[in-house]
Amino acid sequence: MDFEVIINNLPLYLEGLWITLQLVVVSLVCGLFIAIPLGMLSAHRNYWIQFLPRLFIYCFRGTPLLVQMFLIYHGLGQFEAVRESLAWIILKEAYWCALIAFSLNTAAYTAEIIRGTIRQTPAGEIEVARSMGMSPLTQQRRIVLPSTFRRALPAYGNEVIFMLHGSALAGIITIVDLFGAAKIVNSRYFVPFESFITAGFFYLCVTFLIVGLFRLAENRWHAHLRPRQS
Amino acid sequence: MILDGMVITIEVALLSLTIAVILGIAGASAKLSGSRIAYSISTLYTTLIRGIPDLVLMTLIFFGGQILINNLGDQFGWDYIDISPFIAGTATIGFIFGAYMTETFRGAILAIDRGQIEAAQAFGMSRLLLFVRITLPQMVRHALPGFGNNWMVLAKTTALVSVIGLHDMVYNANLAGGSTRQPFTFYLVVALLYLAITGISDLLLHWANRRFSIGIRQV
Repeated sequence: MDFEVIINNLPLYLEGLWITLQLVVVSLVCGLFIAIPLGMLSAHRNYWIQFLPRLFIYCFRGTPLLVQMFLIYHGLGQFEAVRESLAWIILKEAYWCALIAFSLNTAAYTAEIIRGTIRQTPAGEIEVARSMGMSPLTQQRRIVLPSTFRRALPAYGNEVIFMLHGSALAGIITIVDLFGAAKIVNSRYFVPFESFITAGFFYLCVTFLIVGLFRLAENRWHAHLRPRQS
Repeated sequence: MILDGMVITIEVALLSLTIAVILGIAGASAKLSGSRIAYSISTLYTTLIRGIPDLVLMTLIFFGGQILINNLGDQFGWDYIDISPFIAGTATIGFIFGAYMTETFRGAILAIDRGQIEAAQAFGMSRLLLFVRITLPQMVRHALPGFGNNWMVLAKTTALVSVIGLHDMVYNANLAGGSTRQPFTFYLVVALLYLAITGISDLLLHWANRRFSIGIRQV
């Protein structure tokens, strides 16, 4: 291991880390905003209401993120209408394309988590809410959603880690994220071990950070599920 | 051309699945063996793999493995060995999903009724016989849902082999899209083919799940 290369390129890696964190956090926030209504609609009992959200979820979960990203980044430029529209200012930038692809992808996975969790709400809780005379919306707001967020927490933690790992794909379409930084270092000095292991180390640290944060969150919101201390 | 790529994609997926299952069973046995060293090695393996993106691992093994093998080759006097993208890709994906399979299989083995294993031991079965006759058949049922999920993720991960230059569906779509200036059309076809792969797997897994749960009371 040649540590000098790593130390000399540390600023590049830190910039890459910053871009990776940006991509992950922004797409997780956008994805969550899309996923909540999507998950609620797809958990609806009416077939026609759940059809479109479930089609979206199925398509995005059934295809690789890489293909989705290429479809948006390389693919959309095929259409003249897109190239002449105002949206092209955004869509010609690799950064925004990656962000859009990641947001839609994580939205689909998160919506599926929300759908599954809503469906598993104990029937008794909803019956009680109904017998108290709550309207369907109030039921969702007061009973179903709070308990859904709580129960979905562990699965969502996994999704956040998957998103972090998926964000490495941004390095393929010229974005200098952590993986992009490693690629640059490798091509400049041809040191695959040093360059990629350093990136892997940073990813590992962020993963541990995420696991730790979710453990804290679970301690806080799952306090009622902990075994009673005597 | 895209269909040629699809054959490669499926080959990579099935081969790496085989590696993953073997590593998974080995890893799960190591975790449950009671030996502290085996447990630590296996835990290190699963933690590392689950903490590092697949793309980083794949490029590391592709570029790094090349140097490593040729350094070894220099010492033993082998000829220059070229790691093909196919071998690097398949090995990496198998190695990554071996870690996920380890966790799935560990959970499945733990879900087996303890009394059955004790009964088998009381009959004087050897550890291997016990595994083949008691653990394995029942493990399959408990492992199937997790196995199915892993397979779906694995099938989609194969798209990454295009990055290290293997001529799979995505790579070929990239070429075809570039030369015809219709990238969207070609990527859409690839996306639909992936949907077909996952859709068919979904059906097969559903069928297998029913098949292996015969005799289990459904609630």
